[in-house]
Amino acid sequence: MSSRRRRCKRQLIKFTQHIARLISGTLKSDNEDEELESTTERYQPENLEQLQSQTHFSRQELQLLYRGFKNECPSGVVNEDTFKNIYALFFPMGDSAKYAYFLFNAFDKDQNGSLSFEELVCDLSVLLRGTTEEKLNWAFNLYDINKDGHITKEEMFDTLKSIYDLMGKSIHPRLKDEAVRQHVRMFFQKMDINQDGVVTIDEFIDCCQKDENIMQSLKIFDNAV
Amino acid sequence: MAAGVAAWLPFARAAAIGWMPVANCPMPLAPRDQSKRQDELIVLNVSGRRFQTWRTTLDRYPDTLLGSTEKEFFYNEETKEYFFDRDPDAFRSVLNFYRTGKLHYPRYECISAYDEELAFFGIIPEIIGDCCYEEYKDRKRENAERLMDDQEENKDVKLPNMNFRETMWRAFENPHTSTMALVFYYVTGFFIAISVITNVVETVPCGSTPNQKDVPCGERYTVAFFCMDTACVMIFTVEYLMRLFAAPSRYRFMRSVMSIIDVVAILPYYIGLVMTNNEDVSGAFVTLRVFRVFRIFKFSRHSQGLRILGYTLKSCASELGFLLFSLTMAIIIFATVMFYAEKGSSSSKFTSIPASFWYTIVTMTTLGYGDMVPKTIAGKIFGSICSLSGVLVIALPVPVIVSNFSRIYHQNQRADKRRAQKKARLSRIRIAKMGSSNAYLQSKRNGLFNELLYLTGSEGEELHRSKTTSLLESQHHHLLHCLEKTTAHEFVDEQMYEQNCTENPLQSFPSQSPSLSSHEGFTSTCCSRRSHKSIPLPNSSMSTTHTHMHSQGLQELSAIDIQCVEQPCHGTSRSSLNLNPNEKSQLNNRAQQITTAIISLPSPPPLTSDGVGHGPPNPPATISTTVSSNIVKVSAL
Repeated sequence: MSSRRRRCKRQLIKFTQHIARLISGTLKSDNEDEELESTTERYQPENLEQLQSQTHFSRQELQLLYRGFKNECPSGVVNEDTFKNIYALFFPMGDSAKYAYFLFNAFDKDQNGSLSFEELVCDLSVLLRGTTEEKLNWAFNLYDINKDGHITKEEMFDTLKSIYDLMGKSIHPRLKDEAVRQHVRMFFQKMDINQDGVVTIDEFIDCCQKDENIMQSLKIFDNAV
Repeated sequence: MAAGVAAWLPFARAAAIGWMPVANCPMPLAPRDQSKRQDELIVLNVSGRRFQTWRTTLDRYPDTLLGSTEKEFFYNEETKEYFFDRDPDAFRSVLNFYRTGKLHYPRYECISAYDEELAFFGIIPEIIGDCCYEEYKDRKRENAERLMDDQEENKDVKLPNMNFRETMWRAFENPHTSTMALVFYYVTGFFIAISVITNVVETVPCGSTPNQKDVPCGERYTVAFFCMDTACVMIFTVEYLMRLFAAPSRYRFMRSVMSIIDVVAILPYYIGLVMTNNEDVSGAFVTLRVFRVFRIFKFSRHSQGLRILGYTLKSCASELGFLLFSLTMAIIIFATVMFYAEKGSSSSKFTSIPASFWYTIVTMTTLGYGDMVPKTIAGKIFGSICSLSGVLVIALPVPVIVSNFSRIYHQNQRADKRRAQKKARLSRIRIAKMGSSNAYLQSKRNGLFNELLYLTGSEGEELHRSKTTSLLESQHHHLLHCLEKTTAHEFVDEQMYEQNCTENPLQSFPSQSPSLSSHEGFTSTCCSRRSHKSIPLPNSSMSTTHTHMHSQGLQELSAIDIQCVEQPCHGTSRSSLNLNPNEKSQLNNRAQQITTAIISLPSPPPLTSDGVGHGPPNPPATISTTVSSNIVKVSAL
């Protein structure tokens, strides 16, 4: 109730301000200038040698990656909107917003809302040149939305739904919610060894290492750069 | 795919690792990157200005010229760079597109030049970024309008085969094309004016007789006015029927605005004739006479300004509609308010809301007749608010209409100016073009002899040939020659063709002198200048003006040659050589303009000594056949 009252008061104040502006003849643009703050941030990555030592990439590869990155994001950082737009380009037929959001959170280690080049490159080196255990760690991090060390059924459902959303509407057979739930159930059957309703990191890594298919498919992107 | 995609693809692929644990089936194999080469710099040399960029930058857009293997066609092995013979300024925008993913349109660039560059490099203009797209589209539309104006004027051109109906329609639509049309145009204009004046004068009271009050002229001189009216309507009817007959699509003509106006203008008369002098209908008959005033709209065929005005109103229909709508709303509101405000006062003229409409309209348009005035204070307050708001409401849509009118008017002005300039421009272009076609005809004659001389091994003439025509030109001429042989027809001088086919052949052709003087530049035949003056001269004087050899045989040869050339036009065979002397001399006359080259070269004797052994006194037919057969032999080589 009080919020409503507050809102009423706020709107009343705005209205009186408006009338006052009308009578005194100030134009809207006169008093909005000071509200603009420059929000441009610039970010410079660490130098090349340091990055070389931190990641498994060669010098040329880092150069190539940075050139592409800087071309797209001249300010040196990627924010969530850009990430979403990029994924929309890759998957134009579906809705990539949710998946991009999860990915962004997975990449953004320090959770400051923007990705710097180092974060991206470090993750990339893990994904492309790291050990299988590191890759599985990263995947676990992706599924664990609230980063509490457990994957619950809801989290898994959200993640899977976002992946299915990437496909869009025109798929065969037609997507039903039930299919996603079924998929979640299958996943939990496989991964949740002690059947406690959540999957922990050890259960996850253990199960995946036993599965031949998963091990094989983790290697297919190794030459992506 | 946009540039962004290419740069981010490694990230997206790496992130796909996240799908692996949840997938239930094995993944397909990844494509192998065969050419694992390092990124290298590419040098693009555009008309001397060197641009350098990474190869991967260009590879971002594989469906353009620079991004695909098409650029290999432009690779220069010696300098190890790609050379493009294009405008370097326009190339800047193209290359920036690859770098930033956004195509910008520079304002200083001409729109068609830019379009051509984009087409060359395989970039579709729709990719132009939002910042420049509006400007690009505006310029493009302007250009298209300009070109459309140019094309519209072509309808003035008289097609060679127009039947009577089409000629008549053309005369109606464009009065300046023939005298008859002009006469018709003015006559109808005159009668429209007469008709309108008659209608007006009819109602003027003229001269009262002593025992009657003022009578309008119409009632006084009934017969005269009736005759005048009849005459006008006759003319209009005839005109309408003629237009109806000549119209290419009668149905469309009948639906057009002008024809409806025509019908409305003449119908009252006929209805009046048909109707009896009945009391009931005569009232309606009087109303019908009002429609006679529509004849004034017939003037819009005669006046361009009226047409522009009409077109403007049509194109501003939405603004006018808005004006009307807002006015109606305001009128209703204020009328209601005024009515209730003035209800209290006695002897108020505001008897009802519709009655107040009149007051509101008069006040809002700031007319203020003063026949209805508010008397109460509230009424006066609301009345003043009404007049103030009236000014605003009317002033708002008017600038839009005015700017539309101004744009259309200026467009029309521009069209007129361009029409005048176009004639001069076209004639200059035509002169230049004829120069090149005359060069071909001339070098054909050069070539005739050169080929035969080649056979006889005379090299001096080959040098002469190479001096006068470049390799490109001689190859082009050879190509045209092959075409002639293929189709068994020959090229002729354009004016010759026209004159042969359409008009009296014996006319002199002073208009051909510009063509001769212009092709002086191509070949350095010394006779061209002389023959320029000798155009209408008969046979004998030709021999006096040319100092080179001109045996009778030569003249005959030239005549014969021209004879062959004019074959397609005359549709005659070689046997036309047996023409009576009159025609032959005609041919000789005409031959003067283009035989200059033949005369400048020495010796037809090699021609006849070649292998046939006929001398000049031989019947011309044989010579011509030898000439042509020799030509055939040579070109078969």
